[in-house]
Amino acid sequence: MNAGKLADGRPRSPFSMVVMTLLAVLWTIPTIGLFITSFRTRDAALTSGWWTTLVDPFGTGWTMENYRNVLDGREMGGGLLNSIVVAVPATIIPIMFAAFAAYAFTFIKFPAKDLLFMVIVGVLVIPTQVAFAPMLNLLGPNGLNVSGEFIAVWLLHTGFGMPLAIYVLRNYMSTLPLSVIESAKIDGCTHFQTFWRLVAPMAIPAMAAFATLQFLWVWNDLLIAKLFLDQRNTTVIVLLQQLLGTQGQGAELVTAGAFLSIILPMTVFVVLQRYFVRGLTSGAVKG
Amino acid sequence: MSSTSTSQSQKSSSADGAEDRRGPSTGRATDELQLVKVVIGAVGLALTLWLVANTFLAISYYPQWFGGRLVVGLVAVVAGVGGASAMFYFLNVFIDALPRRLSTGLIPYAFLLPGFSLVVLTLVYPTIQTIHYSFANRESTAYVGLENYRVIFSDSTFWQAITNNVLWIIIVPAITVIFGVIVAVLADKLSATGEKAAKGFIFLPMAISFVGASAIWVTLVYAYAPPGGAQTGLLNAVWTGMGGEPRAWLNISAGRLNSIMLMVILIWLQVGFAMILLSSAIKGVPEDTVEAARIDGANELQIFWQVTVPQIKTTIITVYITVLILVMKVFDIVYVVTNGSFKTEVIANLFFKEIFNNRQAGQAAAIVVVLLIAILPIMYYQIRTFRREEAGK
Repeated sequence: MNAGKLADGRPRSPFSMVVMTLLAVLWTIPTIGLFITSFRTRDAALTSGWWTTLVDPFGTGWTMENYRNVLDGREMGGGLLNSIVVAVPATIIPIMFAAFAAYAFTFIKFPAKDLLFMVIVGVLVIPTQVAFAPMLNLLGPNGLNVSGEFIAVWLLHTGFGMPLAIYVLRNYMSTLPLSVIESAKIDGCTHFQTFWRLVAPMAIPAMAAFATLQFLWVWNDLLIAKLFLDQRNTTVIVLLQQLLGTQGQGAELVTAGAFLSIILPMTVFVVLQRYFVRGLTSGAVKG
Repeated sequence: MSSTSTSQSQKSSSADGAEDRRGPSTGRATDELQLVKVVIGAVGLALTLWLVANTFLAISYYPQWFGGRLVVGLVAVVAGVGGASAMFYFLNVFIDALPRRLSTGLIPYAFLLPGFSLVVLTLVYPTIQTIHYSFANRESTAYVGLENYRVIFSDSTFWQAITNNVLWIIIVPAITVIFGVIVAVLADKLSATGEKAAKGFIFLPMAISFVGASAIWVTLVYAYAPPGGAQTGLLNAVWTGMGGEPRAWLNISAGRLNSIMLMVILIWLQVGFAMILLSSAIKGVPEDTVEAARIDGANELQIFWQVTVPQIKTTIITVYITVLILVMKVFDIVYVVTNGSFKTEVIANLFFKEIFNNRQAGQAAAIVVVLLIAILPIMYYQIRTFRREEAGK
């Protein structure tokens, strides 16, 4: 039975191999179908299932038209730009605020510390729906009059992401060696210096983990973008939702639009996934 | 941890003679220097806030000044991150120059203040305001008592939405966790390369938006064509292949079949997340506990239930609660696919209809308050768990 062993000496498990292959295929089928269909002509997509092209790749009409039409005619090019403009600041800005708060929660002792952290744990579960009516009033024409502009969504995403950012960063920071911070104190560093020179660099995995989650959340958000952005500033996700609403004439564009909306977050996710796992599981799982 | 930080501050104040000169009773020159620092800190702080606020308002009111959209985004990143670090810097200069005892007391609150202000502005204040609105009329101009609650409670759609939300809550988190555990356990038994590949395929959907996922499933899996036409949806292709009549799956509310089909989309998206956390918990289970059970003659299933599961219980609960919270406010999938028709309505979609289509701010607020009340037990549980952990440290 030596052939039945893995390189590291564990027994090979045929059952796992079969089931996992099956699940991996099952989980990937819809995305592959999307990718294939996005290159098919309208007629081809209406007359045969996308899977038939796997058997007979030359028996169907292929085209780049869907992408061309969706980028130009449906403003998806502008939508993609808007999504980047919305997502990048809304991902980076909360990290700075949260990191200072997490530092205080981890390394400084002060009255009401546990109570304040309980507030963070509590608001973590509040549904964002509570914010819409009051914030529409506050940011709308009778208030600051910035509703419809990017600043409204940056502000909301920064606020909504803040509890999770503080929570994730604090969990990670509490796993850092206390001795390093203490020796910095003895050397006469202020908290501000200790934060910049020691803690912030060491917490980068957790920052990357939160950044990945927040980027995906902001990029993929429909509700906030729909309520707080003008049509000219709107994101690719809102455009895709509008495209889905116009059943019939634009049906063949939906797949191309969907694929365009997926490709960037998926790339970011694949690139940062190692950090994501490390930063998110170090505190969360232990805790 | 509490004892270390006390000894820490004692050490720093005694070991660092240079900083002791800051005490209020020392020479006039240092006193003046401290005063200058206080002023620099305060002025710098005010200036930074003013500049950042005006930059953000300028890119909102006059975006045309800044050329393209990407420039606007870039300005926001620079102003946001640069502004935040400048703000913390001046805050630190200001507080550091205060008398020693005052400054050590204030520093933690200074670090918390900006983050907390944002939480209060975007979550705490709106929560209170929403509860307030729920007792007011549709324009939030006059109180109507409990009228909004009376209206939504007597609306059959509301109860239908509640029923569906309960179904989502029962089905989705449980199935997601079960799939996550199965995948994590089985992947752990594969070779390193095999595990990496299999996990990669399963968590890729995590990057896909609810809207994108809905587009995929509606056009490629649940699509329907009348009998005789080519079935381009996978489900109908398989169904007719087995001899069935093509069905418009998303219109079938019998047994809430269509709601379940919407749930499948969410499960497909979330299993990857569950798998990531559970897999790292399973890898943290000490090998010797598994070995010991194996020597005692336990089979794989017994090892799983009696050794692995008890040790990953906290992670299972974490994942379950995370998905549960997500499910309670599920909106995008229902809104995009059916918009609540054919008995698929959910609370969050009903809220959106009231506030956006019907302009009923009062009733919309009442619906959110119901959602908030439903979430309270979870909030209580989370806070209790946190307190127990802190007590256990």
